[in-house]
Amino acid sequence: MAQPQLKRIARKEKLDRAGKKAAPKPVVRLTAHDLAARQREISVSEFFTKNRHLLGFDSPAKALLTTVKEAVDNALDACEEAGILPDLLIEIGEISETRYRVAVQDNGPGIVKAQIPKIFGQLLYGSKFHTLRQARGQQGIGISAAGMYGQLTTGKPIRIISKTGPTKPAHEFEIQIDTKRNQPVPVSDREIGDWHVVDPTTGEKSTVDHGTKVELEIEATYKKGRHSVDGYVEQTAIANPHAKVSYVAPDGERHEYARVAGELPKAPLEIKPHPHGVELGILLKMLHETKARNITSFLHGEFSRVSGPVAEEIVKSAGLPLTMSPPKAAREQAEALYNAIQAAKLMAPQSNVLSPIGDELLIEGLKKQVTADFYAATSRSPAVYRGNPFLIEAALAYGGGHIPADELITMLRFANRVPLLYQQSACAITKSVVSNTWKNYGIQQARGALPTAPMVLMVHIASVWVPFTSESKEAVASYPEIVKEIKLALQDVGRKLGLYIRRGLREADAEKKRSYIEKYIPHIGIALQEILGIDDKRKEKVCATLKDTLERSRKNE
Amino acid sequence: MSESVVPKIKKEAKGVEESILKRKKPSLRFPIRSLANVRYLEKEGYFEIRGRKKERTLTVNTVKTFAQTLRMMALSKTLVETDDIATKREAYYVSKNWDEARFLEQTESDTVMDDVEALFEVNREQLGFVPEEKGGDVAGNLIVIDKDPNTGKAIQIDCTKFGSGAYSIPISVEDLGFETKAKFILVIETAGMFQRLVKHGYWKKANCILVSMGGVPTRACRRFIRRLADVKKIPVYVFVDGDPYGISNIYRTFKVGSGNAAHINEFFCVPQARFLGITPQDIIDYKLPTHPLKEVDVKRAKDALKNDPFFLHHKEWAKAIEHLVSMGVRAEQQALAAHGLNYVIDEYLPQKIAHPEKFLP
Repeated sequence: MAQPQLKRIARKEKLDRAGKKAAPKPVVRLTAHDLAARQREISVSEFFTKNRHLLGFDSPAKALLTTVKEAVDNALDACEEAGILPDLLIEIGEISETRYRVAVQDNGPGIVKAQIPKIFGQLLYGSKFHTLRQARGQQGIGISAAGMYGQLTTGKPIRIISKTGPTKPAHEFEIQIDTKRNQPVPVSDREIGDWHVVDPTTGEKSTVDHGTKVELEIEATYKKGRHSVDGYVEQTAIANPHAKVSYVAPDGERHEYARVAGELPKAPLEIKPHPHGVELGILLKMLHETKARNITSFLHGEFSRVSGPVAEEIVKSAGLPLTMSPPKAAREQAEALYNAIQAAKLMAPQSNVLSPIGDELLIEGLKKQVTADFYAATSRSPAVYRGNPFLIEAALAYGGGHIPADELITMLRFANRVPLLYQQSACAITKSVVSNTWKNYGIQQARGALPTAPMVLMVHIASVWVPFTSESKEAVASYPEIVKEIKLALQDVGRKLGLYIRRGLREADAEKKRSYIEKYIPHIGIALQEILGIDDKRKEKVCATLKDTLERSRKNE
Repeated sequence: MSESVVPKIKKEAKGVEESILKRKKPSLRFPIRSLANVRYLEKEGYFEIRGRKKERTLTVNTVKTFAQTLRMMALSKTLVETDDIATKREAYYVSKNWDEARFLEQTESDTVMDDVEALFEVNREQLGFVPEEKGGDVAGNLIVIDKDPNTGKAIQIDCTKFGSGAYSIPISVEDLGFETKAKFILVIETAGMFQRLVKHGYWKKANCILVSMGGVPTRACRRFIRRLADVKKIPVYVFVDGDPYGISNIYRTFKVGSGNAAHINEFFCVPQARFLGITPQDIIDYKLPTHPLKEVDVKRAKDALKNDPFFLHHKEWAKAIEHLVSMGVRAEQQALAAHGLNYVIDEYLPQKIAHPEKFLP
């Protein structure tokens, strides 16, 4: 299992701040000493239990989705990091109408025994903050939050089975979380040797060489449809054509999503943050945590695109001594440094660190789930917003009779291959689609609305840091650079679609004219026969000659 | 006017067939039916069609209309040969047997019918097609001689004997005979004014024939009055609203015909008609209550002054219309009721009829 540590630290920052805000306001006049007596550290876990809506557990339906999503995101990340083509089994079982059992099993590298309790039973575990990499883990808060939610609503511990290789024994853990101390409490821990599994549908038995299975019992409700787990799993399969996904829904129905790409996507690279993308608060934190001896080597070592001479230049223009020790920088000095960084001319960040899906696989992924007459896709070159490289991909499926023709198009939004199911209208992707002029491509569109067409439109943003509009991380923020790239991608697929539609219209027009000739010429024959009293043979001759004359003139048009 | 149209239909169809067999695209030439394609013949007193024609060639795009036109011609030939008739509505329903070539709306079949009519420069009745519209109402000192439809025996219809009702002008008036000693025919725009004059026996008092048009007169109404006035040599006076519609649409169409039916105006006009009122001068002389001219009225008036060959020819009319436009008002026939309900009978009409030389042409 991957350790989404980076996001956990980042999360801690925000929560610490938010946590203080959430402290109750005094209603009775109290002294500072009274207040001080009340103030105490709030454990992150405690905060989570009180603010679970921030983590995607605000309704029972969403809790089910978030739990599945965290487990699947981690499983996919783990497989890809280890260079293994992902093979997932997602099972959701109904215990009662408000209680479900979620199990996600992968064929990843497994997790060493010692790490298991911390990964699944401690929030904000890890410390890889100073590098950036395109990863799914950026969404949400990690599987341990789901475990905590389960514990909170059903009292059941999270259960993990993991095996790291054919010759290594499998381990089974049941873990609870001490929410006060933010510490895992293993309830049971046993070595089980070989790991035998039974297919939930066929009953077939097999053994697992390596992989991890996470199992939770949570309070939840299950709904069918696009905004539910069903939609999430289907869209995940579309954006991850290299994964094989088996999904057993609560009603026992099994959905198989085959692997259509035989190779793993290019592994995304880690990069250090670009100075232009760093906020003052983060700069302060980095100054205090760095191991660099002086401020110049700090800039050179902790950021990308800052060479030694450039670092010196920045420090000089900030009016600071070159040899100053970073942790000793006062707030004002940090601010001067921040301003000097913003003013400095720097190379754009490396952009070859991203891992796009690619236009061929975009189309393969769509074809897998959407039957249509026409497919088009585009994968744009990387661009940069606020020092973060990102790239946009778009794909569409059109026509064919399976997609409803007189409804708004279906939008599929993805960030780092993860489907975004909520807050569609707040998203930069949707806004770009709405403001694009689809009429240019022969598609109807009411003012300020999505186009109306038999079309499924997919947009993917890949970035080392996807900017979301809010904590809930369901909609991409409208940075001008991002909106511009989305529009260029939409125009690219739109033009391809326009060509297709116009060709179709031309053919339809020619067909209509052909059928016109077929339909009406006999009536000219009938009328002439009635008026002139000619015999059938002559009538046929007239019709045939006229048809020939018109066909020839139509072709010469 | 009663010459059979069948040879014409055959000739046209033969031309089409020959073109096709010569591997040419056949075409039909239709006269353009609009005011721009008529000239006003003062001596004869009607709009005559000028030579301009539009050609409809059979192409991929026109094949449907072309087929429908030919089928309509075939229907007409059958009707005439079997001495039958079809209303415009019935013809539309006949087309429902034409599969793909059927008409979807009656307006489509009416247009094709008008085209065929113009193509042969005949009246639609000659093609076997009759309108649904009512011809007009008649009351007064007139005996119409018609035939019993079953026995063919002549019957006399006394138009004085309809009480408060009236005789309806039939659709076909060619074979009617007339007996009358009336001094003039008064043609009235509205049914309301006609009612008043009938109720108070105005026709007895003035020894005349009253005809109600009910708006723009039908072809039958025009033809009926034309034949009656021709045969009995009596003058025709027209009494309509004093507004651009009454003058340029109703009166002008009545007297000299229309652009749309230009090919048959010769028969469907009443050149001897004179305009009794309401004239623009009447509005002043009789202090009539008025309404302001609407935008559409002004447009209609200006259009008449600019494009209508009839008004262009008659300077008096041009002056009168300009007068109306400059006053910016219009007056209805019923406006005379402001001076008393029977003011029209007791004062207005007698004063007017006393000086027919003052009527507008």
